[in-house]
Amino acid sequence: MNRVTGYFKSLLLVELFQGMGVTLRYLFKPKYTMRYPMEHIPKSNRFRGLHALRRYANGEERCIACKLCEAVCPALAITIDSAPRESDGQRRTTRYEIDLFKCIYCGFCEESCPVDSIVETSIHEYHFENRGENVVDKQKLLAIGDRFEQQIAADRAQDAAYR
Amino acid sequence: MGEQLINQVVWPVIYILCIVLPLVLAVAMFVYWERKVLGWMHVRMGPNKIGPFGLLQAFADVVKLLVKEVILPTRANRFLYYLAPMIALVPALAAWAVVPFSGKMVLSNANAGVLYLLAMTSMGVYGIIIAGWASNSRYALLGAMRSAAQVISYELAMGLCLVCVLVLAGSLNLSEIVNAQAGSKGIFDWFWLPLLPVFVIYFISGVAETNRAPFDMAEGESEIVAGFHVEYSGSAFALFFLAEYANMILLSFLAAVLFMGGWLSPFPASWGFIGQGGFIWLFIKAFLLSFMFLWFRATFPRYRYDQIMRLGWKVFIPIAIAWVFVAGCLKYWGLVSIGTGA
Repeated sequence: MNRVTGYFKSLLLVELFQGMGVTLRYLFKPKYTMRYPMEHIPKSNRFRGLHALRRYANGEERCIACKLCEAVCPALAITIDSAPRESDGQRRTTRYEIDLFKCIYCGFCEESCPVDSIVETSIHEYHFENRGENVVDKQKLLAIGDRFEQQIAADRAQDAAYR
Repeated sequence: MGEQLINQVVWPVIYILCIVLPLVLAVAMFVYWERKVLGWMHVRMGPNKIGPFGLLQAFADVVKLLVKEVILPTRANRFLYYLAPMIALVPALAAWAVVPFSGKMVLSNANAGVLYLLAMTSMGVYGIIIAGWASNSRYALLGAMRSAAQVISYELAMGLCLVCVLVLAGSLNLSEIVNAQAGSKGIFDWFWLPLLPVFVIYFISGVAETNRAPFDMAEGESEIVAGFHVEYSGSAFALFFLAEYANMILLSFLAAVLFMGGWLSPFPASWGFIGQGGFIWLFIKAFLLSFMFLWFRATFPRYRYDQIMRLGWKVFIPIAIAWVFVAGCLKYWGLVSIGTGA
């Protein structure tokens, strides 16, 4: 009996029509495509992207050259040299470089920083055009921090309760 | 002399251009429509970058193909290699000569139109076989062999389906076949109703005949790379592409003419102007039928070679033969109303 019904089922193309019903339903479904450059997927405020060095509101750089980030970095991507600043003798970095090819974007540097100086911003679209540009120096990091300070501060404020 | 020349050469050439140019345009839009429909069924968007809604995508592809180099494989047969795409394309275009677009719009109202169509649609496979052989490539040859076996098997089933139509209509002339489907009940007078199994077989055989999914054994990307056209590039490949899509559109038009009442309106003639026939109805029917090709492609996985052969020989041909007998009975006892034409 099963064989007979199976025979007629296949002869009447029942299962094929069912399959076509499935594809027809999907034809009218809303599409999953994100038109990337025009649209963006919502990003978490904890997103770990390009690095930046922050300043205090009075323009003083936050970093005190404690080298905790350099010590904690699992990929050895951070290189720091330090010396007393000439003007007032405070301990400051003379060199702060991150090799973005080595960096694994784990966020340990940000977690270890006692003065919230090194942070990972939510910038994820960036590129290098020449060899060597992957090593980002102190000037560039500070510039990124200056440019995106509002966004960085807003993201940190949103997350403050959980830190 | 001058008038004769105009009547026998100039006007036919103009008519032919009136069919071929829109056809090529239709192929371009059909390619776009296929990618769009496939995209939608995959819950994607399909091409949407080039031109409004991606409408110019097909033209960008054409330009790309035309500026690419046509590569001749080592030790390929140069003459046959270049001849094959033309052989594939010419019958696909020539077959349009007998397609009646409306009661009066037909290039050649040949009395043996159906025979001519059968001849033309089977010619296309020569292009594929020659392409496979002349490419001097294993994959191409395998694809050509598969295609040949498949087209021969399904041509039989298709021919028997046509016999059913001929029995009912009593004519080989396509215009008269359409007129035989005229009647007072609109859609229910067409041949698809008395010949429903045959209509299904005809359309599926048509899909097999044009080497489309799920019968695209001749291409079989996952098994034999791209089959018969694996060595073709640039404009030679474009000709194969054009032939395949022109054949699909042709098949849709033929199914509409033979089974779905051609240019006749699906509504009874008493319903005012939507009850009147016109070529717009034929285009709507052909569009819906050609949509089926895309729908099949999005839905069904490719058949295995032996399954295709089994389906053709052990299912389609017996059913078609049985229905020739049924059609004969219907006609003999006058169970189907046959129109005489408007």
